[in-house]
Amino acid sequence: MRKWFWGFLFIAFGFVCSIAAERNPRTERISGSAGDVLEDDPVGRLKVYVYELPSKYNKKILQKDPRCLSHMFAAEIYMHRFLLSSPVRTLNPEEADWFYTPIYATCDLTPTGLPLPFKSPRMVRSAIQLISSSWPYWNRTEGADHFFVVPHDFGACFHYQEEKAIERGILPILQRATLVQTFGQRNHVCLNEGSITIPPYAPPQKMQARQIPLDTPRSIFVYFRGLFYDVNNDPEGGYYARGARAAVWENFKNNPLFDISTEHPTTYYEDMQRAIFCLCPLGWAPWSPRLVEAVVFGCIPVIIADDIVLPFADAIPWEEIGVFVAEEDVPKLDTILTSIPPEVILRKQRLLANPSMKRAMLFPQPALPGDAFHQILNGLARKLPHQKSIYLKPGEKILNWTAGPVGDLKPW
Amino acid sequence: MKLSALQQSYLGRRSNSFRSSGPLDSSSDGAFKSPAAVFWLVLHGLSCLISLLLGFRFSRLVFLLLSTSSTYTSPFHSPTELAKTLDIRSVIPADPVGNVPLPFPNKTATNSRVVVGRHGIRIRPWPHPNPVEVMKAHRIIERVQTEQRLQFGVKDPRKIIVVTPTYVRTFQSLHLTGVMHSLMLVPYDLVWIVVEAGGVSNETASLIAKSGLRIIHVGFSQRMPNSWDERHKLETKMRLRGLRIVREKILDGIVIFSDDSNMHSMELFDEIQNAKWFGAVSVGILANSANIDETVVEKRGEEENPRMPVQGPACNVSNMLAGWHTFNTLPFAGKSAVYIDDRATVLPRKLEWSGFVLNSRLLWKDGDKPEWMKDIDTLDGDIESPLDLVKDPSVVEPLGSCGRRVLLWWLRVEARADSKFPPRWIIDPPLEVTVPSKRTPWPDTPPELPSHKKPVIGIQEPIIKHTTKTRTSRSKRRSKRKHDETRTDRRTTGFDKTLQN
Repeated sequence: MRKWFWGFLFIAFGFVCSIAAERNPRTERISGSAGDVLEDDPVGRLKVYVYELPSKYNKKILQKDPRCLSHMFAAEIYMHRFLLSSPVRTLNPEEADWFYTPIYATCDLTPTGLPLPFKSPRMVRSAIQLISSSWPYWNRTEGADHFFVVPHDFGACFHYQEEKAIERGILPILQRATLVQTFGQRNHVCLNEGSITIPPYAPPQKMQARQIPLDTPRSIFVYFRGLFYDVNNDPEGGYYARGARAAVWENFKNNPLFDISTEHPTTYYEDMQRAIFCLCPLGWAPWSPRLVEAVVFGCIPVIIADDIVLPFADAIPWEEIGVFVAEEDVPKLDTILTSIPPEVILRKQRLLANPSMKRAMLFPQPALPGDAFHQILNGLARKLPHQKSIYLKPGEKILNWTAGPVGDLKPW
Repeated sequence: MKLSALQQSYLGRRSNSFRSSGPLDSSSDGAFKSPAAVFWLVLHGLSCLISLLLGFRFSRLVFLLLSTSSTYTSPFHSPTELAKTLDIRSVIPADPVGNVPLPFPNKTATNSRVVVGRHGIRIRPWPHPNPVEVMKAHRIIERVQTEQRLQFGVKDPRKIIVVTPTYVRTFQSLHLTGVMHSLMLVPYDLVWIVVEAGGVSNETASLIAKSGLRIIHVGFSQRMPNSWDERHKLETKMRLRGLRIVREKILDGIVIFSDDSNMHSMELFDEIQNAKWFGAVSVGILANSANIDETVVEKRGEEENPRMPVQGPACNVSNMLAGWHTFNTLPFAGKSAVYIDDRATVLPRKLEWSGFVLNSRLLWKDGDKPEWMKDIDTLDGDIESPLDLVKDPSVVEPLGSCGRRVLLWWLRVEARADSKFPPRWIIDPPLEVTVPSKRTPWPDTPPELPSHKKPVIGIQEPIIKHTTKTRTSRSKRRSKRKHDETRTDRRTTGFDKTLQN
């Protein structure tokens, strides 16, 4: 009698499992090196205190130029807005685990809309001087439990040219803070250990508005739209994208499987949904919104950027989702892509179809569970609890406040 | 991308600083105005001038060879890479000099393999795609599309069983090729039951063997009669024969009747997967409307709704089957074709068989099937329409968004009963010459053209008219022969020339 009972229980369990599996038959769960964390809820796991800075650091800058809300560096503004109304925010700084400084450092735009980084170091420096004098929390740890959102080309190196950025290095006073940035490259000066890489901002409504029926067959093998040669700054090629984009063009411009050109089609989003592989090569910096677009539209990203660190790399197993091609292997790109077994390709598409993957790449307003804001908080929560060693003894100083180029020391 | 355009113009802004960047910039940055730096400056200026002459930047080459600056952190490339520009299309060995261990007191040592600076553009010597890889890519695309169809298309697609009555005649190739190609494109499993009047013939067998489909080819002992009425009756019997095969072989799937003269859309095959037991789709009727009475048409048009050349189910507001819409044959009354050779319009039946699909389980002897289905063994006599297969016509399911989508078209075009065509459309022995090529002295040939022996397809009267026309023109030309002779000579020589070209 008991055997039958256990047998029945076993069968019922199997039945329930199969039903649960049936509901999501075509997507797979995503678990990176940090585990199955994309759907974690950060609420209750950490507390963030938002400093009240004068509006000249944030609101006034945004008022001067509202274009900052739609360019690819807009994550810093939306993060501020999200934190102001989030349940993880605390008004009591004594119980806070992390401290956030709302400073919009990329909002100094040229007439064509690109950020100038020249004033950013001074702005950040002046903000930190303010918070270290008005609150005791900065001096307690010299910023080790503070985090800053720096979505610039090369993060907190605050320059758009790689050579200059490397030369400047990360701003010395930010050396101990956690940096939330879009730039990520291994063994690079501008990426600190413990930084959190995030995707660049891409407008979610625009992408959702351009979806095509899912049964439209994917008929483009490889798709790319963008520059191969930056004729204004590097006409011969070789500097831009370390020659990788130029190599893609020269090798595959006549290959019928590769739909690549410099055009700006109006059907860009629709075409991506009809492609199997989307190239995401580096440009002047290794990161690009193409990765976000490829993930949202279910096109397998082909990442051509040596040593790149992709967004939320500990939560998302990028190796299983995208294809990584070394820059020196670009001439063999067609061999590499055609030799991937179809089962692997189908698996990658299933992983991409997982809605939690798409949500994790976007910054929707208002925030949804599982989106990029929550992944940032998850990342911050994973770094808790803080080690005792970050707390300095009174009077102890580690950072050198006068390090860096002379121009940075001027007041803002 | 808009953003890349922005980036482009943004970097245009920095082009001023960029052009002069490099060792110069770094060495002049900060407070490092040492004599050594000045020396480098001068040397750099000199090398810039030399580069202008040579055509490529070799200042970095010089720098690498002489020394490495202690203030400039980025390692350099090997000279071979620097010397190569775009014009030299060769495979560049891929090992940039990395990991230069320089002492930096104030910067963390970067063990990066990725170097900043100028890289070569790698181009492989054989630019064309490998055909094996192209085939692999196409197979990948097919596999991805199959998967998409499985996920987002019809769930659990059933096999399609196609019943086609046919017989050997001139237009058979035309019609059967069309149906065959449509069936070859169907993405589901398919069985094609071809019932041939007059027995199984090699002609039909060779035609349908090219399809690569699974075919059941049976013969029907009667031959096709010459009157349309008789034909329709025989075709109905042939279709029943096909249904009996489904019963004998216990085929499982959806039975669809494809007359060989019809044209099917691909969406039809997707739509019929939705049929549960007995479905009906709308058929477009393309009756050749020559010779209909125009006045009759207009009068009718004022009184009733405009006629649609469609036959199929009609639904009421709540999308339930309310009745049937049939093709209005009144304008053709009395003028329709009776025999094959008639020039009048061929009319469809009230309800064509091709507009109905059934679940093959309805035909099985046992098994659970609804009681409204009649046993086909009991029906041997004349069945007027497919609705006679069921006891209650209201059980028919309307498909194609309740008959609003026309998914196939009916058309009957046939040649005369006595028309001949080369067997299997292979010309053997060679045909008689109708238009001689060059060097045949054309004006000297006898006036009778050998066009009568030409294999005639279709109606013969126009051909005869054509020959009479040429005959008259030729006779006219013969009278002017003397004048034309020189002209024709010139013409033939001109013809020769064009041929030689």
